[in-house]
Amino acid sequence: MTAGDGPPVKPVVGRGPTFITRLMESRWLGWAGLAVGLGAPLVIATPYALNIMTSAVIFVMLAVGLNIVVGYCGLLDLGFAAFFAVGAYTSGILANELEIPLLATVPAVIVVTVIAGIVIGAPTLRLRSDYLAIVTLGFGEIIRIVANNLDITGGPSGIYGIPGLSAFGVDLSEPVVFYWVTVLIVALAVLFAARLGRSRLGRAWRFVREDEDAAEASGIHTYQVKLSAYIAGAVWGGLAGVLFAGQLSAVSPASFTFLQSALVLMAVVLGGMGSTPGVVLGAVFISLLPELLRDFADYRFFVFGVLLIVVMIVRPQGLWPHRSSESARTAARSRTGPPGEPATDSKGAS
Amino acid sequence: MSQLIWNGLFVGSFYALVALGYSMVYGIIKLLNFAHGDLYMLGAFSGFAMLGAMGGLVKSQSLLALFIVLLLAMLTTGLSGVVLERVAYRPLRRAPRLALLITAVGASFALEYGTRIVAGANPKVYPVRLGGTTLHVFGARITVQQLALVGVAVALMVALHLLITRSRQGRAMRAIALDPRAALLMGVDVDKVIARTFFIGSALAGAAGVMAGGYYGKIDFLMGFIIGLKAFTAAVIGGIGNMQGTMLGGLVLGLLESFGTHWLGGEWRDVFAFGCLILFLTVRPTGLLGERVTERV
Repeated sequence: MTAGDGPPVKPVVGRGPTFITRLMESRWLGWAGLAVGLGAPLVIATPYALNIMTSAVIFVMLAVGLNIVVGYCGLLDLGFAAFFAVGAYTSGILANELEIPLLATVPAVIVVTVIAGIVIGAPTLRLRSDYLAIVTLGFGEIIRIVANNLDITGGPSGIYGIPGLSAFGVDLSEPVVFYWVTVLIVALAVLFAARLGRSRLGRAWRFVREDEDAAEASGIHTYQVKLSAYIAGAVWGGLAGVLFAGQLSAVSPASFTFLQSALVLMAVVLGGMGSTPGVVLGAVFISLLPELLRDFADYRFFVFGVLLIVVMIVRPQGLWPHRSSESARTAARSRTGPPGEPATDSKGAS
Repeated sequence: MSQLIWNGLFVGSFYALVALGYSMVYGIIKLLNFAHGDLYMLGAFSGFAMLGAMGGLVKSQSLLALFIVLLLAMLTTGLSGVVLERVAYRPLRRAPRLALLITAVGASFALEYGTRIVAGANPKVYPVRLGGTTLHVFGARITVQQLALVGVAVALMVALHLLITRSRQGRAMRAIALDPRAALLMGVDVDKVIARTFFIGSALAGAAGVMAGGYYGKIDFLMGFIIGLKAFTAAVIGGIGNMQGTMLGGLVLGLLESFGTHWLGGEWRDVFAFGCLILFLTVRPTGLLGERVTERV
């Protein structure tokens, strides 16, 4: 395990990973995080605190979704709140008009967000990557304005009276129960996103991010791969929207401004693009920070902006960077050296 | 009809002015400067502060005062653009494009909310309000002030065009746009020229900001967000990186919006404009006058 991030020449033998590195890459970390998440209401369970915590967990889901697009695939999406809005509105409207439970709207939400992802991604992903950034910015505005102007979305006041979460006739809308259910759903989503990032498709995403031309030359259909990342991000955002609709039982355009998109991006960048634990931690940090720093509300966004610049200049890999490493199984398969040599992987931090 | 065309051209000249800065910076260092719209906002606010400081002169000679303020605000925003480039963009010039884009978003945020800290969250009302004698040309109502503003915009654009095509400085800019490394080898001071490009582009945005403040009368710290998007749309329609194309794109976008607003209603104006952006990117991503650019590896 090389500690630096330059091109690794030979594996450093005799100096194993530090305690902190081992801790940060421990496989028990996810379980620990889940336990903390589930245990939090045992410490503090006022309605206000539960509300904040539920929002934070939904924010984690958003950040993990954006991480697929920005972190894995290196595409800058500045209108991520649009998919959040699409999901929230679709599920809210369907649940209200057809009088079906919220969970039953999930298939429809997935279909609609996939379509939205294709509509935006298909024309722009063929172009230079920076065009995507600004088109998504415009798309975010379009969705917000459309929601503001249409009758079916309730105009500026939005839609309300969305039924709470329930499954198999059991009401799950009690705040504590809803929080626990949200934590479990989001944990699954985080896990799935992380596995997706390590899959064949996930490796293709990272390859496209590192060097698109080389990826294309190696036989990766970069356009399809990028579009799939974009669509995956859209679905994650849409599902977070369903949870959002269930939490507030009301949806209005004011929740889906550029500020929201920028905050999600901030969480991903600060935590470490492409790193699942980093992004989860970044999201929790960004969403709980305003509660801790009430007195500095005016300075908050200014500091966020400056922080984005500083992180990009000083530590572009984020606070908790992703380290690419082979699993023990593939490492054993691909090891060519003499059996006595320690199986340190020769890849540095990506 | 002619009223719609005039409205479109009037708004379009603002878009063109802001879009030029976008396009220049993009043409030279291939960076989408998200903070460009916020420099427009900064121009409006610095103009506001200066008008407040000038006090008495504003009352007696409002148009003259506005012109003086215009020049000073251009200087201020131009220097802000240079500082922005020096602090945020230059250290990352060799970094991946994603890092630069994220930095640009951060810069935009910092400018917006920095202004909010200094000037407050509430909209400000410009002390000078341009409005006045109306002329009727081909059935369109045109105020003298509108003509003056369009005149200033056109004069600035002509000056920019001459600067780029005729001066030594402009030749250096075009050289860097073609190939920064070769330009460096030929003795062009790349850093200095890029800084100057930022100065000129930001100054143009600042001028548009002051003019918008004087014309519409109300400014707030988020006013640069939408105009930045519109300016980018204008640049894409015309052909980003191409100066004449960008000016044309601004006017075309103004006209499109003017007619779109007439047909669909004012609340759909922005949706219509961004719809045009997506349509153009699909059908003709190089813009009306842009040439096909092959990405170099």
